[in-house]
Amino acid sequence: MDYKFFPHTEDDLKTMLAKVGVKSLDELYAQIPESIRFKGDYELPRGASELEVRQVFERVGSENKQLTCFAGMGVYDHYTPSAIPSLLQRSEFLTSYTPYQAEISQGTLHYIFEYQSMMAELTGMDISNASMYDGTTACAEAMMMTVAAGKKVNKVLVSGCLNPNTFEVLKTYALHQGIELEVLPIREGTTSLDDVKTKLAEGGYAGVIVQQPNIYGIVEDFTGFAEACHEQKALFVMDSVAADLAVLKTPGEWGADIATGDGQSLGIPMQFGGPYVGYMCCREKLIRKMPGRIVGMTKDNRDQRAFVLTLQAREQHIRRQKATSNICSNQSLMALFVTIYMSLMGKQGMKEAAQLSYAGAHYLCDELLKTGRFKLGYDKPFFNEFYVKYDGDAQTLYQRFIEAGFLGGVLVEDGFLFAVTEKRTKEEIDNLVKIAAI
Amino acid sequence: MNNRLYGNLIFELSKEGRKGYSLPRNNFGDYQIPQELCRSEEAALPECDELTVVRHYTNLSNNNFGVDTGFYPLGSCTMKYNPKINEEMAALPQFQNLHPLQPDHTVLGARALIIMLEKSLCALTGLAHFTFKPYAGAHGELTGLMTIDNYHRSRGDMARKKVIVPDSAHGTNPASAAVCGLEIIEVKSTPEGLVDLEDLKRIVAEQGTDIAAMMMTNPNTLGLFETSIPAIAKLIHDCGGLMYYDGANLNPMLGACRPGDMGFDVMHINLHKTFSTPHGGGGPGSGPVGVREGLQDFFPFVSPYQGNYAVMMRAYAYICSLGRENIKMVGPLATLNANYIKESLKDVYELPIDTTCCHEFVFDGLKDKSTGVTTMDVAKRLLDYGYHAPTIYFPLLFHESLMIEPTENESKETLDAFIAVMRQIAEEAKNDPELVKLAPHDTPIGRVDDVLAAKHPVTTYKQMKNEQD
Repeated sequence: MDYKFFPHTEDDLKTMLAKVGVKSLDELYAQIPESIRFKGDYELPRGASELEVRQVFERVGSENKQLTCFAGMGVYDHYTPSAIPSLLQRSEFLTSYTPYQAEISQGTLHYIFEYQSMMAELTGMDISNASMYDGTTACAEAMMMTVAAGKKVNKVLVSGCLNPNTFEVLKTYALHQGIELEVLPIREGTTSLDDVKTKLAEGGYAGVIVQQPNIYGIVEDFTGFAEACHEQKALFVMDSVAADLAVLKTPGEWGADIATGDGQSLGIPMQFGGPYVGYMCCREKLIRKMPGRIVGMTKDNRDQRAFVLTLQAREQHIRRQKATSNICSNQSLMALFVTIYMSLMGKQGMKEAAQLSYAGAHYLCDELLKTGRFKLGYDKPFFNEFYVKYDGDAQTLYQRFIEAGFLGGVLVEDGFLFAVTEKRTKEEIDNLVKIAAI
Repeated sequence: MNNRLYGNLIFELSKEGRKGYSLPRNNFGDYQIPQELCRSEEAALPECDELTVVRHYTNLSNNNFGVDTGFYPLGSCTMKYNPKINEEMAALPQFQNLHPLQPDHTVLGARALIIMLEKSLCALTGLAHFTFKPYAGAHGELTGLMTIDNYHRSRGDMARKKVIVPDSAHGTNPASAAVCGLEIIEVKSTPEGLVDLEDLKRIVAEQGTDIAAMMMTNPNTLGLFETSIPAIAKLIHDCGGLMYYDGANLNPMLGACRPGDMGFDVMHINLHKTFSTPHGGGGPGSGPVGVREGLQDFFPFVSPYQGNYAVMMRAYAYICSLGRENIKMVGPLATLNANYIKESLKDVYELPIDTTCCHEFVFDGLKDKSTGVTTMDVAKRLLDYGYHAPTIYFPLLFHESLMIEPTENESKETLDAFIAVMRQIAEEAKNDPELVKLAPHDTPIGRVDDVLAAKHPVTTYKQMKNEQD
């Protein structure tokens, strides 16, 4: 065949068709009713050479505007160390399937074990699964897990300070699962323990879901939340930005039963929404309720330490209609991404990057307040993202930012949600503030 | 690939005080994170220099087998070649640096690419609209079923909570239905491996008003085309249900038959199968869902942005590369390759249903069962010869299922070599069964103790250390 991905020569075709006992490729489909056979040409352009493919993408790409990013709301512009993309392109990782054949998949199984170990460390939880699609779906799976672990209860309490995107995904899953979601009121930009207690006292709740830092970037005080949940036999779920946990008090320390979130902040490029990686960690006693794949340690028949997919009896392909989750892959390559990230950054680098992001965000906040045009939305501690009110027309200012080459945060209510990472320089921040001060 | 194990964990290479990163200096002054917000103990992450990290992961990769390493006839998974240009296109900074919440007028190119991909998929499937939100095949199934559920709800047709699934279906189908709050009815297969139309008629007659949808993959998991598909679709539509197409087996249909023309209303596509995006050791994939005109209003919000955008870019690069004249050869060549292997081995391996298959087919183990050599043994012995194993023990219709899918990218020489090895293994099973039963011998590790792993799960390095102490 005259195409680079098809190795069949005319001779090969002849020999192979003869072996199969048909006269033409067309005859291979003789069993398909004539009425539904596709005979014509697809409405597609003609095949493009590699050079032309490149031209198409570059032309289309030139219509995008690359902006200096001060936006977050779940997706952050952190730095990607150079070693990661090149290692990720190792085709032994890239072009392999799920590690079902442990004997020729120890590479994948090893890094997933490392990933699980690191995520458990980061969240302060006992165990982690092999990763999930993204943070929002991980949180939805946690919601379902609380209901599956509970005893005939189907209500879940959600903090009003949850990212609205996560909340929308929860709502979707809840609708079809018959789960009732109740949203807690926002009190001064945070979730109130009293509200949680009052609601839980009504009974029937399987879990409580909060976010840390919350949608306003505020680091909430969750003292007493876990106890309140456990008193009413509900599970406490905490959703966090992974990178922040290098310094912040962990879900484990707050007494969470399940920790979820997105790992994008661990150096994964924003790439217009994905792929990222969701994480889910939990207490050891919940391991058999946890969705997704898990890698465990074992031995081979030569007495070598080896790793293998384990506890598969929990999984969808075995449980079929009894399954409580239908996830049947993980986000393996992206789990490798963040594993390499955490290996390079290590104990110290993760902290330093977090401190830089914190410092940059607080510097930006101070400078914005100095202009006299901004007011901090809530007087609460924040990490690398914060909500400010603006006394002018926010939409106009947002557009002015863009014209100057900045993605000036995310527009919310009557102001902005700004995020700063270690990538933002003092000069960039000063320039942003200059525009904001006009 | 290694034939000796590189067995280190990154934690075991760590040494206090080493670092593998460099960060800019803090020019912002003295902003300290208040102690009361901080974790009390540092996360015990490794401390390694950059070269140590690079070598570690390079060495780990050598314990792995990928499509670039060798033939990967894993049934149902469509392990086709993942073109290199796709990777480069997906990494273009004009796309990679886009925040998903950037306003539309700053991402015109990114949006245009989605539309171009959507139009291409519509042309290839005969459906009218796609959503790209689903992150994977199973996520696509769930999204498609939610779309169907939303449609019935919108009409006040609340009783439609049952989904008909063939007994040969992928395990994900019933699991997705369960997560969508739907119930499964299994329809039997005929001895020829196709949906039993009489059984289906009975189900529809008895429960027609409860039927939300029928979920099928066509060709089915045996690699056989469901020839009564027009009749099946009519039966389901007449009782008010919708037809769902599991796109896992779409590859052989390129150039042959479109799901929309078969009568399907909703489908998902695994971009990581049919459209050549890499499997990445188990993800990320992408599972866009397509529907007939009118159903797009019922797409659910299953993820916040555009799904796995960089995966979609790869798929579009593939479609662009092949174009209309080559993409229609994908199905026929994949089908030819599968039939060629089947015909070349059916005298030594048990072929339960002897007919023309599509892109894949299923043997029920070795023909000669007297040796005690199982499908598992054959699969493991293949590893010794430098091949990935086929899918084993699926579908559940046979005891010793061995499901082979070669894809269109494999040459006759590759197939001939594989056939020779499969015949060699059949010989070994007769002459030296222990050799096969104890395989693999030449891989980094031997067979693993699954029971040990599950009985007492050790899933983190910390647990491992605690065990040792």
